[in-house]
Amino acid sequence: MAAKIQVTANINGEEVEFLCEPRQSLLEVLRDELKLTGSKEGCNNGNCGACSVILDGVLVNSCVVLGGEVDGCKVETIEGVMGPEGLHPLQQAFLENAALQCGICTPGFIMASKALLEKKPKATEADIRLWCAGNLCRCTGYDKIVRAIIDAEAKLEVNK
Amino acid sequence: MQAFEYAAPKNLAEALVLLEQKGANARIMSGGTDLIVQVRENRRDLELIVDGKKIPELMELSYDSSEGLTLGASVPCYRFYENEQIEKLYPGLVDAASLIGGTAIQNRASFGGNLCNSSPAADSIPALVAHSAVCFIAGSNGTRKVPVEDFCTGPGKNVLEPNELLVSFLIPPPAKNFGAHYLRFIPRNEMDIAVVGCGASLELDDDKKTVKHARISLGAVAPTTLLVGEAAAELEGKQIDNGLIEKAAAVAKAAARPISDMRGTKEYRVHLSGVLTRRALQKSLERAKEV
Repeated sequence: MAAKIQVTANINGEEVEFLCEPRQSLLEVLRDELKLTGSKEGCNNGNCGACSVILDGVLVNSCVVLGGEVDGCKVETIEGVMGPEGLHPLQQAFLENAALQCGICTPGFIMASKALLEKKPKATEADIRLWCAGNLCRCTGYDKIVRAIIDAEAKLEVNK
Repeated sequence: MQAFEYAAPKNLAEALVLLEQKGANARIMSGGTDLIVQVRENRRDLELIVDGKKIPELMELSYDSSEGLTLGASVPCYRFYENEQIEKLYPGLVDAASLIGGTAIQNRASFGGNLCNSSPAADSIPALVAHSAVCFIAGSNGTRKVPVEDFCTGPGKNVLEPNELLVSFLIPPPAKNFGAHYLRFIPRNEMDIAVVGCGASLELDDDKKTVKHARISLGAVAPTTLLVGEAAAELEGKQIDNGLIEKAAAVAKAAARPISDMRGTKEYRVHLSGVLTRRALQKSLERAKEV
């Protein structure tokens, strides 16, 4: 077996050191080593977006990133989304709009839409649908998710 | 997943030493969106993954008005569709970059990786061919240049020797009155693999009617991306109109030699080759006139 790699990364604002096998994906490191189980394993091949995290400011599928790659990087996961005042406007909007049923896709959708709204605070519905094309949901039919993101966008705008 | 070693060399020389040592058991990784999945699914046996993203030449993205665009092999798609200059000068590349996978894939996947993966249905290859891109390859025995259309030799196969790596693409600066476009057909709106893809480019004379130079490239209709020279020859030196575009599309359609698979039958792909060539040329023409 290959020697373990020592990695130091900033995860949700905290400097974290961990050892991982070269073959472990970032998703496996988050879930199995760091016990951050909010990011979900869906397809494990970059299609479904359930494992979405923000790596150095850009949205990625953590199942197709190696744990060893994130040395010196900044990783944001669903566990870091809630602020000291409580739920993030996106989380609140998902609840209020019933934008989830089984909940497996939800962390991924929140990370994806957070990345979108940070980049494009006035995203249109078409922008939202295109941006989230890599996040699959088999329960909601997407409409409630899109409504929730639009709702959160308005709240974030007011809070500015 | 099978066990392998991971290395992230900081320069080209170090990467070449690793490739020389491990040969075919090592593979360069850019975004990993194909490679990690292939290794996980045991479709590829590897001892070493060499991360290209710490090598400056593989991450270079720069434009020079006489040399053209240098696009490092590991530069992720999103870096060039967010670049206004590239959007204006290399529209065909931006078309392809913005439809490979979804947002999270485009944030990792690179044109270099897409080319080295050598899928017949790769979206970036017809766009690179339409823009006359040339590959810059480095190996322990020296460097060489290969036009993108000559890089792949079959599905999953290409001209790279085990001790070589793709460093970057050099894409010539667009001529005056130049336009290009890439489009594909998929049964969904996003997140799918091309049933057929077509990249085209046109360079017009000062009259903005006579075709000086054209390139038409088809993906997913042969073991490797096709550069259909005879379809371009149909256009060159003539005044372009819908009738002429139809003629070139018919020639491109005749050049397609696809297989039938889960994504489409042979007959359907042949039909699509004509339709997409026509649309790619119409959009290229529109763009060539805009400049």
